Amino acid sequence: MEWIQQLVNGISLGSIYALIALGYTMVYGIIKLINFAHGDVFMLGAFIGFYAIARWEIGFFPALIIAMALCAIIGVVIERVAYKRLRNATRIAALITAIGVSLLIENVVIYFRGASPEAYPEVLPETSINILGVNISSISILILAVTIVLMILLQFIVHKTKIGKAMRAVSLDPDAARLMGINVDNTISATFAIGSALAGAAGVIFGVYYTRIEPLMGVLPGLKAFIAAVFGGIGSIPGAMVGGLSLGVVETVVSALGFSLWRDAAAFVILILILILKPSGIFGKNTREKV
Amino acid sequence: MLKVDNIDVFYGNIHALKDVSLEVNEGEIVTLIGANGAGKSTLLKTLSGLLKPKKGVVLYQSQQIGGKPAQAIVKNGISHVPEGRRVFSTMSVEENLELGAYLRNDREGIKKDMANVYELFPILGERRKQPSGTLSGGEQQMLAMGRALMAKPKLLLLDEPSMGLAPLIVKKIFEIIKMVNEQGTTVLLVEQNANMALSIANRAYVIETGKIVLSGTAKELQESEQVKAAYLGGL
Ligand SMILES: Nc1ncnc2c1ncn2[C@@H]1O[C@H](COP(=O)(O)OP(=O)(O)OP(=O)(O)O)[C@@H](O)[C@H]1O
Ligand SMILES: [Mg+2]
Repeated sequence: MEWIQQLVNGISLGSIYALIALGYTMVYGIIKLINFAHGDVFMLGAFIGFYAIARWEIGFFPALIIAMALCAIIGVVIERVAYKRLRNATRIAALITAIGVSLLIENVVIYFRGASPEAYPEVLPETSINILGVNISSISILILAVTIVLMILLQFIVHKTKIGKAMRAVSLDPDAARLMGINVDNTISATFAIGSALAGAAGVIFGVYYTRIEPLMGVLPGLKAFIAAVFGGIGSIPGAMVGGLSLGVVETVVSALGFSLWRDAAAFVILILILILKPSGIFGKNTREKV
Repeated sequence: MLKVDNIDVFYGNIHALKDVSLEVNEGEIVTLIGANGAGKSTLLKTLSGLLKPKKGVVLYQSQQIGGKPAQAIVKNGISHVPEGRRVFSTMSVEENLELGAYLRNDREGIKKDMANVYELFPILGERRKQPSGTLSGGEQQMLAMGRALMAKPKLLLLDEPSMGLAPLIVKKIFEIIKMVNEQGTTVLLVEQNANMALSIANRAYVIETGKIVLSGTAKELQESEQVKAAYLGGL
């Protein structure tokens, strides 16, 4: 029964990767930019949630919503200030800018509050539920539930709402989207807002689950979520979900088998394998339009 | 309705349109014919706001629209069916049509117009849930036209609708262009297929390397020796 326990842990970790990976993949889908500052938005979400819970003494859900809202705004500001003017620049210029934004965010946070870690307050009752003889912590269940709700919400926005359809249209063909009357700039901002809000949610969830946060906490999960997005097929929303969950489970299984030192390496091995075997990822699109 | 006055358009250093003037009156079908690279698509892109003219004015219903953003122009009633159809390939036929009505909020009207498009192109109705990238070239052309019509345009810009299609399909597409025009939409039609274009147009312009070199009624151009030699050759 211990492996079920491990599976649950893997899914919890994978949920966090998946939520971050969604932002990577959506932004890449629409402006073909790997937003390396995305992991830092995740970190900001964790800190916003921390201050909301510890200082303002509000509950988990209000803190989650505040973190998502502020991260959405931060995401839009990053896009408008740093990336917008680079729309027609080379990919490498945009990529270097993204790395610069990432370092800037990390150092601004360190400047204002120092580099020391913070212990996340216990905001949720730590109980465990016994399912079929397996003890599963209530936090794991909550994380999974929040992730599922957010993913359903995202699917709804992307497929059923006007802004979601505009997002898909712009990512397929920006000029044709303009001809429909779609405001491409606003649509790109909306994509950043949604992706950053999901990263913010992941940050709060991470804090509650792992209870320790610090200003550089976004680097490794950010990188791994990026790998998860590539694994799922960069640009594909279902790909990011499946990629994130798979990576979480693989890492946990690798640790559980006694190779915990190899845990971080697993992600990079997956990246190398996917780049060799199927660079477009599992949900990657190979379809070409008919002309 | 539309009056283009002495516009110049550049791609970086490339001077793609040189002092181009042209006029489209309400209710007309006007065609612009020219060889590859003459500047036909560039002109349509300038009219729909994808490109900005460096010089000159574009008057639409007595309003200067040259250089305005595309969404403002669509809102004013100009829809552009781009070269190569440019349908949103992974989205369904129905979603493509919905995007055509992006700036409209009248649910009932949109529903009605969608039904009209399905009546005009029954094959689109049969394929409404299918990803548009799986349609044939002719079907994609129909979808691109239906999508543009969903914006309820007063002026429809068509860029080479016959490109790459079998003669029978081309004939059908042209019949529909005529029908749309008879229902009250003014049409500016860009074509390399001069024969077909002149057969349905009221007036025509000929463009060569970024300059308008000839204009007149469709009949005049059909009989012009210059046009016969350059564009109606082999017939
Ligand atoms: N994006 C671009 N950048 C630079 N030059 C361009 C660009 N698009 C078009 N041109 C140039 O502008 C000129 C006019 O091109 P345009 O596409 O308007 O021609 P066209 O008449 O539509 O040709 P076709 O019949 O092949 O579609 C050509 O010389 C072309 O090479
Ligand atoms: Mg062209």
